[in-house]
Amino acid sequence: MDIFEVIRPGAHTTVQDGGRFGFQQFGIPVCGVVDPFAYRVANALVGNRKGEAVLEATILGPTLKALNQGLIAVTGGNLSPLLNNTLLPMWESVAVHPEDILQFKGVRTGCRAYISVAGGIDVPIVMGSRSTYVAGKIGGVDGRPLAAGDRLNKGEGTGKAGMHLSPDLIPNYPDHIEIRVILGPQDDYFSDGIEKLFSSPFKVSAKADRMGYRLEGNPVPHKGGVDKSIISEPSVPGGIQVPPDGQPIILLVEQTVGGYTKIATVISPDIGKVGQAKPGNRIHFRQVDLDESHRILNTEEEKIESIKMSLM
Amino acid sequence: MYDKPRFLLAGDRGLLVEFGGAIDPEINRKVRQIFLSLEKTPIDGVTEAIPTYRSILVFYDPFRIHLETLKKEILDRESEPDKWETPPPETIDIQVAYGGDFGPDLEFVAHHNKLTVEEVIQIHTSGTYLIYMLGFTPGFPFLGGLSEKIFAPRLEEPRLVVPAGSVGIANNQTGIYPLDSPGGWRLIGKTPIRLYDPTGSPPILLKAGNYLRFKRISREDFHEIAKRYED
Repeated sequence: MDIFEVIRPGAHTTVQDGGRFGFQQFGIPVCGVVDPFAYRVANALVGNRKGEAVLEATILGPTLKALNQGLIAVTGGNLSPLLNNTLLPMWESVAVHPEDILQFKGVRTGCRAYISVAGGIDVPIVMGSRSTYVAGKIGGVDGRPLAAGDRLNKGEGTGKAGMHLSPDLIPNYPDHIEIRVILGPQDDYFSDGIEKLFSSPFKVSAKADRMGYRLEGNPVPHKGGVDKSIISEPSVPGGIQVPPDGQPIILLVEQTVGGYTKIATVISPDIGKVGQAKPGNRIHFRQVDLDESHRILNTEEEKIESIKMSLM
Repeated sequence: MYDKPRFLLAGDRGLLVEFGGAIDPEINRKVRQIFLSLEKTPIDGVTEAIPTYRSILVFYDPFRIHLETLKKEILDRESEPDKWETPPPETIDIQVAYGGDFGPDLEFVAHHNKLTVEEVIQIHTSGTYLIYMLGFTPGFPFLGGLSEKIFAPRLEEPRLVVPAGSVGIANNQTGIYPLDSPGGWRLIGKTPIRLYDPTGSPPILLKAGNYLRFKRISREDFHEIAKRYED
């Protein structure tokens, strides 16, 4: 069933789900949402239980006209959503009716908003996922970001309006963030550089997208006498590449291979925080060990599961 | 090749298993052996594995398998390679129509190496190339085995659109563009074979660890094969 017509697509709005797994050996990155917490809550709010696809909007949100009755929720960064020119409460399921207009006035906090629909955004599944992979021209709507005039379908949904996330659980996406990392895989290419990575914050540059975030700050030097590049190898989402100029790049979900050394890797519960940072924001890296990272991951999973239970 | 694989952490759910420090067919053979064992007899808790030139990137679910258990499993497999009965690698032929608008840089490559166009084609089609890994774009093969007689530098200004199927050379590498994309390789020909067909089965034609040869075809043959995909 039709749910939205795209009036204006926004800066970069794509259909995404939890990711495309199992094809990385063929050079196809996982893609999927950058902020899994906001995505999973968005689906839970509208009663979706099966990793349904949502819209991921970036900084400048889209303008969408509802074509049918439906139930939506907007989570993630606050891009100032309006429904029929009235402030739309975020992190809450809201009914929409034909001719309703959902639009976004501008970014206040964070960088990416998620728009879920009861039943999920229904686009063809390609290689096990609905996620848009722009460079590979697959997933979403014809493998590209939304364009004016696109019509989006939804699946069958059963959620109800008025479900909301407890306010104390809503992330506030501050402009200064702490990001936890594990050293490796190529931390042995650095000595003083490791201290440099943790001693002062880095600014998010204008070159920040779903492929990666280029940072600016005190350069992270390589150890003397080692190569500054490695034999090309696959990227891990969250990997922190250090090119020869010492300015780190955090790799995200649409990257495949790279030949720069990776000094450290962002722990998975913090990748969404990176994805909610926007140009000009500051990132402070903090080192954790593997055991600690697994405890954090466990706490994060328990938190999301309890949220899902509370919204059933 | 290292005596024992090196284990490098790649975040909270990734383990990079490195078998050697060079681009080398022997090291890649080991990569293929262990990778195929993971496909044939998966380790419970391993969610995905990616073979590379000289390593395997293994993703795991830390709630299902402990890292030390995973390392031990891989070491066991590495120390008993014969147990896994790796099938011999396959060799796939890729038909290429050389030169003309399919290969606008063929004459440059010839001139650069003081060869004739015919000699470049002869050298390019006489090699057997190891598919070390796939990446960059879906199904793009990183190939080893290009003769140094036909090395050629990248374009100074990359093309905005290189058509899918284009076969190119960049320094000591040769490769095929699986889909229209920007690119700076010197283009010498084009294949009608689809390396990337998202709705096909399989969607990607090539597999890391196998071999590839280029076969010269005429433009008529090119169009004949291209037509088969449309029928």
